[in-house]
Amino acid sequence: MANVTSTAAPERLQLLRVLGPAHVWALGVGIVLVGEYMGWNFSVGKGGMIAGLVACWVAGLLYTCVAMIDSEVTSTVAAAGGQYAQAKHIVGPLMAFNVGLFLVMAYTMLEAANAITVGFLLDTVAGMLGHSGLNQKPFIILAVMFLAWLNYRGVLATLTFNLVITAIAFVSIIVLFISVQFGGSAVPLDFSAITSDPLPYGWVGIVAALHFGLWYYLGIEGTCQAAEEVRSPARSLPYGTMAGIMTLLIAATLTWYVCSGLIPWEYLGQAGTPLFDAARVTGSTGLMMLLFVGTTFATLASANGCINDASRAWFSMGRDRYLPSWFGAVHPTYRTPYRSIVFLVPIALIFALGAPLDQVVTFSILSGLLGYTFMTFNMVMFRKKWPLDSIKRGYVHPFHPIPALLLLVLCATAYVAVFLGYGTQLIAMMCFYIVASLWFHFWRYRFVKRGDQFTMPWPRPNGY
Amino acid sequence: MDIWNILEYAAWALSALFGALMLIDLLKVDTTYDNDLLTSSREGEIEATAERHTI
Repeated sequence: MANVTSTAAPERLQLLRVLGPAHVWALGVGIVLVGEYMGWNFSVGKGGMIAGLVACWVAGLLYTCVAMIDSEVTSTVAAAGGQYAQAKHIVGPLMAFNVGLFLVMAYTMLEAANAITVGFLLDTVAGMLGHSGLNQKPFIILAVMFLAWLNYRGVLATLTFNLVITAIAFVSIIVLFISVQFGGSAVPLDFSAITSDPLPYGWVGIVAALHFGLWYYLGIEGTCQAAEEVRSPARSLPYGTMAGIMTLLIAATLTWYVCSGLIPWEYLGQAGTPLFDAARVTGSTGLMMLLFVGTTFATLASANGCINDASRAWFSMGRDRYLPSWFGAVHPTYRTPYRSIVFLVPIALIFALGAPLDQVVTFSILSGLLGYTFMTFNMVMFRKKWPLDSIKRGYVHPFHPIPALLLLVLCATAYVAVFLGYGTQLIAMMCFYIVASLWFHFWRYRFVKRGDQFTMPWPRPNGY
Repeated sequence: MDIWNILEYAAWALSALFGALMLIDLLKVDTTYDNDLLTSSREGEIEATAERHTI
């Protein structure tokens, strides 16, 4: 290869530090908000209206713990890769490799699920307008290709785009709530099923509902992936993440309230696009159009954020030689991890075009859950090795270790919930990670430059 | 052929366009710049100079 620009180019190519707290919010909420537009409602189908609400708030508690823990650790380990970089510094290489894979799998699967949803949405609209049998494939591919190209071209434009479409999607939920609350709906809110049919499948229905309750918030931890591209990580990451979880708690509760009040729970539990369906029930064309736009924007924002996060995790692993170092390249003009972005496109497309939506979503949820389980002992080890008076933190979460322990209990409950519905997938996923770990331990780790991977200027940990 | 058929063809064409833009640029960058420069990014470099982690 010719080295034609060596004199003009900078000594090192780094990712650009151009993002602020609003971009961090847009990344976290953007990935997640699609869960309010679809997916969460299967929790109502599993256990009824009350189970849906309990799942919404219990999952909300789980993710509040995730957001607090992540905010503290990431405000200190400000590196691309997020939880991967945390695991590398705090636990060890094998854990880091697994966490990196959890992240890439969770976000790539979620991206595939979002692309499938774009195709489904357009098929629905085409059907409503009298065109049956729409070929969804070109739209699925276009969604992935366009967003990958946007990510390729630069992080500032990508996340500013996410900020705009995520804000519109969030405002759409608020507008629907206000309209319904103040008489803008042809059908009044009806919560009579809460008393007439409170728990149709008993208490086990609540546990089963928790699986899909995660969908309200799944992905908020993705804010950490922006750590190397924000101007002030110690301030922006906790601020954006905590603002994000607050936004989602509001959006999730409003979504449950409006949809459960307008749509009978038996139907809501199977609906493909519950918020859009709720808007259709109101009889208002304006609300229907707004919620269609909201659904589409939420889906695109999620896929966009997923491409951003999966590529950063893959890039970080390549940079540390946990994967071939070829993936650790930065674009000289756009300053993005361009090879990782391009490499993950066909993988997302294979799942988007070849796997059913519920399987793809379950693989994403399982990978996310494994990541949350890691966070619990990661947090305990972090405080033990580097107590509060040893290194500066941008945010210190309260009541330690209660959030970590609570998160562990909730994760265990969620595993049971997932096992009830998707036991085979859970075991298959575990087998995949075990095989990958063996490959890393017995083959790949020999290529890692062991001293170079620990980069934080921290003091020696307690006990070492 | 209705509008949806036309949109399907447009989606195929745009997908190919975005894919080609990325691939052509990737090949161009990889053949223009030295790989050592492209993979020269180091984690934590800014933290090492900007933050000392002293209380």
